Amino acid sequence: MELLIGQMFAGLSLGSVLLLAALGLSLTFGQMGVINMAHGEFIMAGAYTAFVMQQALGSAGASLLVSLPAAFLVGGAMGLILEELLLKRMYHRPLDTLLVTFGVSLILQQVARDIFGAPSVDVRVPSWLQGNVELLGAPIPLTRLFILALALACLAALALLLRVTPLGRRIRAVVVNRDLAEASGISSRRTDQLTFFVGSGLAGIAGVAVTLIGSTSPYLGPNYIVDAFLVVVAGGIGQIKGAAIAAFALGVLQSVFEFSTTASIGKVLILAAIVIFLQVRPQGIFTLKTRSLA
Amino acid sequence: MSITTTRTAAGGFPGRFSSRLSSLRQSRAGVLTAFAAAAALLLVAAPALLPVFSLSLLGKFLCFAIVAVGIGLAWGRGGMLTLGQGVFFGLGAYIMAMHMKLADAALFGGSGVPDFMALYGTGTVPGWWEPFRSPVVTVLAVVLVPGLVALVLGLAIFKRRVKGAYFAILSQALAAAFAVLLIGQQATTGGSNGLSGFRSFFGFDLADPANKRMLYLLAAVVLLVVVAAARQLMHSRFGELLVAVRDQEERVRFLGYDPATIKTVVYVLAAVMAGVAGALFVPLVGIISPADVGVTPSIAFLIGVAIGGRSTVLGPVLGTLGVAVAQTSLASSFPSFWVYFQGLLFVLVIGFLPGGLASLPAVLGRLRRKNDAGPSVPPAAAAPEIPAAPAVPAPPGMSAPTPVPAVSAAASPLAAVPAASKELRP
Repeated sequence: MELLIGQMFAGLSLGSVLLLAALGLSLTFGQMGVINMAHGEFIMAGAYTAFVMQQALGSAGASLLVSLPAAFLVGGAMGLILEELLLKRMYHRPLDTLLVTFGVSLILQQVARDIFGAPSVDVRVPSWLQGNVELLGAPIPLTRLFILALALACLAALALLLRVTPLGRRIRAVVVNRDLAEASGISSRRTDQLTFFVGSGLAGIAGVAVTLIGSTSPYLGPNYIVDAFLVVVAGGIGQIKGAAIAAFALGVLQSVFEFSTTASIGKVLILAAIVIFLQVRPQGIFTLKTRSLA
Repeated sequence: MSITTTRTAAGGFPGRFSSRLSSLRQSRAGVLTAFAAAAALLLVAAPALLPVFSLSLLGKFLCFAIVAVGIGLAWGRGGMLTLGQGVFFGLGAYIMAMHMKLADAALFGGSGVPDFMALYGTGTVPGWWEPFRSPVVTVLAVVLVPGLVALVLGLAIFKRRVKGAYFAILSQALAAAFAVLLIGQQATTGGSNGLSGFRSFFGFDLADPANKRMLYLLAAVVLLVVVAAARQLMHSRFGELLVAVRDQEERVRFLGYDPATIKTVVYVLAAVMAGVAGALFVPLVGIISPADVGVTPSIAFLIGVAIGGRSTVLGPVLGTLGVAVAQTSLASSFPSFWVYFQGLLFVLVIGFLPGGLASLPAVLGRLRRKNDAGPSVPPAAAAPEIPAAPAVPAPPGMSAPTPVPAVSAAASPLAAVPAASKELRP
């Protein structure tokens, strides 16, 4: 029983990290159809923001709380710059955006290496997040619980943003039909910019979260980007609901696979599971209904 | 019908058509000459001029170029952005490496167990290594295993009409999973160290410079064969279908072809090319490790293809060779600069010159024309396209004198026809 609870929670915890990494990606993916490979480096930028904040403030607890909004702004600003300089020119060429942003991610990794050095750095965990709580006899680390709560909070905030605010309405309109949205007076330029700001900002928050469970290095991005993409693909492009379900499902599945085999074989099994799933639902869990033949 | 004949009479079409045909013939002869020159350079000049070390390095670049030909087919012609060619490259390479390890162990060790296995693991050869003791099985597997993996994956993905971004991401995930799998199996694949320290290649001593030259020549011949085959394929009906699938997949389906089959065939071909390249890479370079097959090297394969011109035959080869040479000369002395440079190459070439260097003359020409013509003289560029003032003959059975020539003199023949029939209506 403890083992089961422990495994389930490990899966949920993995899922919450995946969700944080994939939420922003799903948003920007759905918005312009661009595939932002540099999203992983935005996560890394968020992690380094937490590191810099801690160096500046000293106190682990205060710096964590300050880092969350700061990393949101840092990630958001990077996304805005990327969108303005490159992506707005090529949103009708989605596959090429993947390679362009891969180039950007190479550059950002090297920038991080030149600024912070190649060896990884550690961010201290605040005292109020150290230790475990008992859940039906299974020890649950507080940091993991915090990340789960953070992921759920981000999900709720994003859902609220999309559902009730004017910006959310505009984003949804542009995602469903860009031309029609333009025709009804929505500036798709401004909507693109704001979507990228929010989506990339979420990457920054994800970066702060991952500093609680591991060390930060310039190679952080590639560790998360592939899994985040898989979540987006399995959930359905641009579907926040789908991303949430897919993230937790993949998290639990991966922890089960890794428990019953090894970490590396678990990774391969996850990929196989996704390919098999796409045989059943080629467009992911949820699909945007359009009249397009593709 | 009548319009066509009048155009012929006006001398618009046939002249242009035949000149285009002859320039095509010329360019075909030009390509053949270029190909022969490149072949001679690779096969005769390079081995005669270069020292053995540089020759092996060039051989390594040729292996990348073989992968690039496959990517050019799949991505440039077929529109399938494959981010996982490292997997097929790695499959070919590891199969060859396993065979060479086993052969070395049998030749030099006596025990038949590769050295690293005794070091890391149980000291016994795992069952799935055993088939690769046989040289014949190895050579077959180098071709068949990547091909089969690509076939299964291609069928699973393309038959369900998973495409575009989904396909790119899945192929990328495949590369990530493959690298993780290799690293995790320390005892049987050498883990992150990979496999290295080979001494013989099918019984030939790898330390002997003559055998290194032979290996280089093998890579060069394979590259030339692959380029010739890709060219033939692209000029066949199948090649046209492939481009049609890239540009308008639904129309091809409505015409009765199955785009999934066309895509799968090309994906398998590209995988086989990558596998063979990997198998040649191992004896030439002497090591294969997960660092050569993961996500980043898999995507890095694309940059040479993009620079040279993804939809041409020779572009990917030349682009890849150029990037490899640049990397070798720059990366060792300025490693940090090289990464920035590589990133910028991706951004600039893909973002602003998607046709690659092969399209540079056309792009520059377009820019120059735009500057020359300017907005003040709009019709000048378009005017020669329209055949001048052909007379539309009166429909048979109408004897009344018609004002047609006067009308059609003002406009193109297509515009003249409705005007004329209006005039003729009683």
